[in-house]
Amino acid sequence: MRGLLFIPADPRGNTLKAILTTYNRAHHAFAVFTACATFVVITAGALVTSNDAGLSVPDWPTSFGYLVKVPRFVGGIRYEWSHRMVAGTLVTLTLAIAIWTLLAERRRWLRWLAVGAFCTVIAQAILGGLTVLFFQPPAVSTAHATVAQTFFCIAVAIALFTGRKWVEEQPRVEFDPRRPSLFTLTLLSIFVLYVQLILGGMFRHHGMSWWPHVVNAVIVSFVLAWTAIRALSVYSQIEALRRPAIVMLSLLITQLCLGFTAFLARVAWGKDAAQPELPMVVATVSHVAVGALLLATTVVLAIQVWRHVPVAFEERIPQVQGDASAA
Amino acid sequence: MNKKTGLRMMAVSMVALLALLLLAACNKKENTEQSSNNMAEQQAAPAPAATPIDPATVATVKGTVKFDGTAPKPSKIDMSQDPACKGTNEAENIIVAGGDLANVFVYVKDGLGNRTFDVPKDAVVLDQSGCKYHPHVLGVMAGQTVQIKNDDMTTHNIHPTPKDNREWNESQPPSSPAIEKNFAREEIMLPVKCNQHPWMKMYISVVKNPFYAVTDESGKYEIKGLPPGDYTIAFVQEKLGEQDQKVTVGPKETKTVDQSFKAAAE
Repeated sequence: MRGLLFIPADPRGNTLKAILTTYNRAHHAFAVFTACATFVVITAGALVTSNDAGLSVPDWPTSFGYLVKVPRFVGGIRYEWSHRMVAGTLVTLTLAIAIWTLLAERRRWLRWLAVGAFCTVIAQAILGGLTVLFFQPPAVSTAHATVAQTFFCIAVAIALFTGRKWVEEQPRVEFDPRRPSLFTLTLLSIFVLYVQLILGGMFRHHGMSWWPHVVNAVIVSFVLAWTAIRALSVYSQIEALRRPAIVMLSLLITQLCLGFTAFLARVAWGKDAAQPELPMVVATVSHVAVGALLLATTVVLAIQVWRHVPVAFEERIPQVQGDASAA
Repeated sequence: MNKKTGLRMMAVSMVALLALLLLAACNKKENTEQSSNNMAEQQAAPAPAATPIDPATVATVKGTVKFDGTAPKPSKIDMSQDPACKGTNEAENIIVAGGDLANVFVYVKDGLGNRTFDVPKDAVVLDQSGCKYHPHVLGVMAGQTVQIKNDDMTTHNIHPTPKDNREWNESQPPSSPAIEKNFAREEIMLPVKCNQHPWMKMYISVVKNPFYAVTDESGKYEIKGLPPGDYTIAFVQEKLGEQDQKVTVGPKETKTVDQSFKAAAE
């Protein structure tokens, strides 16, 4: 199957460009699998932190002196060792998808994205190692959490770009005359989510109090609700926008509920607990997992907005004319 | 360079990067062993000669530490995640029996001036059994050896998280030799934990003088061999914080200094 792939604007913003590309079902399925595996690794990582098991295996990159020898599967070792193993598998999957993309993909930018994914997963592995070797400094552990979700977004984006709809469908394009544009709102949403991710990571890794994370949750709610409502009220007829906007809004509400539950379980009720208890672990792991899904959905929405609702074309014409008259 | 060659080079570079990481992994075990050996040499700096104390004049400070009010219920421990752990299922953060408060670290905080003291040659023992630390609060002099044993049939990792000393984290399988460590700088209630069994927590207090004690289950403590003088005695409890008392002891005097803690404000 072949389809026309549209790029709404080139760097000079003066034309729509189309290149011929081919939908590769196996490649796309593998990309989706890699994205799902990334979600599993993020959840496994959240389990490590929530169970306070981050340093239960004191060495890295080996585990008790071995690369893959299974240790006695008890206590915190279960979480930390499993996280390392699924993360190692993800590195292999990422290497495979990167090589596959390099060899099979015609779009040069997608090949670079695949290479970027591999570099990111390696950086992430190194950050994980530094976390262990330097006894979980809050900044490094937070960077580890943040890069994990960045990699998840890249994996989801690769899955999106290799999908049948992206490759074969001729996108329905509507220009966005409103200010701020929907694309600006999606970028702002990604920004506030990243700030929230960093604040949450710092709190979780004992580098900061809980209140900046809670205060920023109000800002995140406002910006994401604004973005989703704009997408749904103005561009609901474009399915590629409607679906991620609905999912984003649903995930936002879920995430706020989970955040409140996690706060109660860990900060209010669990402050004197002798160890991480099940309600704390379930609430915080779910909060991290849904947070990752929310960020990835927002990135997908931003990509779809960029494709379907580019900034109004007219805006560039006076600028070009002005430049010409000035010359 | 044509496009295909470029792609191949990129693929080969990625495989090479991964191979390099694996190679680093193979070398890691040796490096870990070397670094743990280096840590054991922390006490290498020679200590100044001890200031002499006349044994005929030394005094004793003793007393009881109480808890005022209703003692909080101890937090519950769930050891089900490791079948080898068969200890009691209550945390030791506040141990009160009949109003007597155990596990309070009592030490001479001030009043010794520039006196120096010999570091005891005998090691103090920290035992891990029943997936708990014994004792829960340990006093040690700076530079003195702490011998850490594992009597459980499971692997523990010992992970002190100091503010002023060097942090380390080592695993100790069952039946393995004791780990010997020391702490170079004074630090009160230095937390130690096991990341494999998250309920396992204890505190080591590192002091520069030998005048310290930990209250027993009846809240009692005794500090012997103190030269006559004016002192500040500090009482430190992991949850309830620190309280100080001034005391003056004369030659051969035995003074009783009691102390009481109230529940920490919410």
